[in-house]
Amino acid sequence: MLSVETYPTLAEASQAMTDRSRFLAGGTLVMRAVNYGDQGFDRIVRARQVDRDIRTESGGLRIGAGATMADVLASRDAALLHVVAARIGGPAVRNMATVGGNLFAPNPYGEFTTALLALDAQVVGVNGQTTPIESFLSGRAHHRGLIAAVTVPRVSEGDFRFLKATRIKPKGVAIMTIAATLTRGDTRLAFGNMGPTPLRAKSAERALNNATLDERGIAQALEVCTQDLQPADDPLASSWYRREVAPVHLKRLLLNGGRR
Amino acid sequence: MPKTPLTFTLNDGEVAVFVDPGASLIDVLRRGVGDLTPKQGCAQGTCGACTVLIDGKPHLSCLTLAETVEGRRIDTTAGLAGGPNLHPLQKAFMEGFSAQCGFCTSGMLMASKALLDRTPNPTRDEVIEAISGNLCRCTGYEPIVDAILSAAQQGGAR
Ligand code: FES
Ligand code: FES
Repeated sequence: MLSVETYPTLAEASQAMTDRSRFLAGGTLVMRAVNYGDQGFDRIVRARQVDRDIRTESGGLRIGAGATMADVLASRDAALLHVVAARIGGPAVRNMATVGGNLFAPNPYGEFTTALLALDAQVVGVNGQTTPIESFLSGRAHHRGLIAAVTVPRVSEGDFRFLKATRIKPKGVAIMTIAATLTRGDTRLAFGNMGPTPLRAKSAERALNNATLDERGIAQALEVCTQDLQPADDPLASSWYRREVAPVHLKRLLLNGGRR
Repeated sequence: MPKTPLTFTLNDGEVAVFVDPGASLIDVLRRGVGDLTPKQGCAQGTCGACTVLIDGKPHLSCLTLAETVEGRRIDTTAGLAGGPNLHPLQKAFMEGFSAQCGFCTSGMLMASKALLDRTPNPTRDEVIEAISGNLCRCTGYEPIVDAILSAAQQGGAR
């Protein structure tokens, strides 16, 4: 039998978490599990105090974990991330789904997290401890404790690229998501839905560092772009298909800002 | 497990119910309150048939934990018509044959009401975006998009 516990603060809610608990923020992941009879948990934990604040700080942008995709779209400070939030769900989902929840979204979701990985974000725990998003993702399956916020270092808008490949428009589930920060000498390239969590394509990153963004300059990166990825078969696409089309989408992202 | 008392505003009326732990808003609306207008198609956030407005913004009632709406305002299709007078959106849907089986209609109406309340003269693209989270297996969408645009022309934001 399911129970719901509501705590005044996130810190108190964090204390109450056990292996059999799920923290409910926007509900899009947890309620879905409830509706489908997920027996992996029997307690829903929530907090009355929700941090939805999005603000620019000295190091960059801080987004409260409770901020929804609609909050991101309404924030001028988060303009860089509008292309990402706008491609998630429909309007109703964007009013519910949170940035904190997206960090735990399984495939084929998690587009926002893929972007955060390319942006080298930090995940801030309730205790104030920060973890680079890449380490957070590699330990995500065993993660304990709640998330308070994410911080995103300053990146110039022209350096950030995002693409979500879907079979239907305007709203469809991602076959794959690609996000890139093309800072010279420090390229970060992340793929979503191309492994158990969003992953960096490090071989392609190396090939792109200091490369010119033209057909010749990116050829090597396209060649090696799936080397560090582990795409799976799912009802949307096979692993083979994903590997085949990844260079096509990456090329569009690099040369054409993601447009066909 | 004890039930939790819950009060909220539903289409201008006050509602007080006891809800089971973990109950979704659509369950409470349909079974607890008897408002059968929101439809449950998928219960996983894919179809949008369960769309209701919470404080004026579209939400999926199948994925909303009922207790999170304490003290808030919920609008469903049941509150659209004013007595015998249909809402301009309902009229446009009827006149444009925008409902066939009708299962998606309630969600479409609420998603488009949310749009017209904020954007009284939307472009076609804005309409498509506004209903992009709502699936329709019957109409092919065009009659729905046309109806929303025609309702907008007739002052659909009401
Ligand atoms: S029933 Fe809620 S989205 Fe399908
Ligand atoms: S009218 Fe049948 S699903 Fe839309």
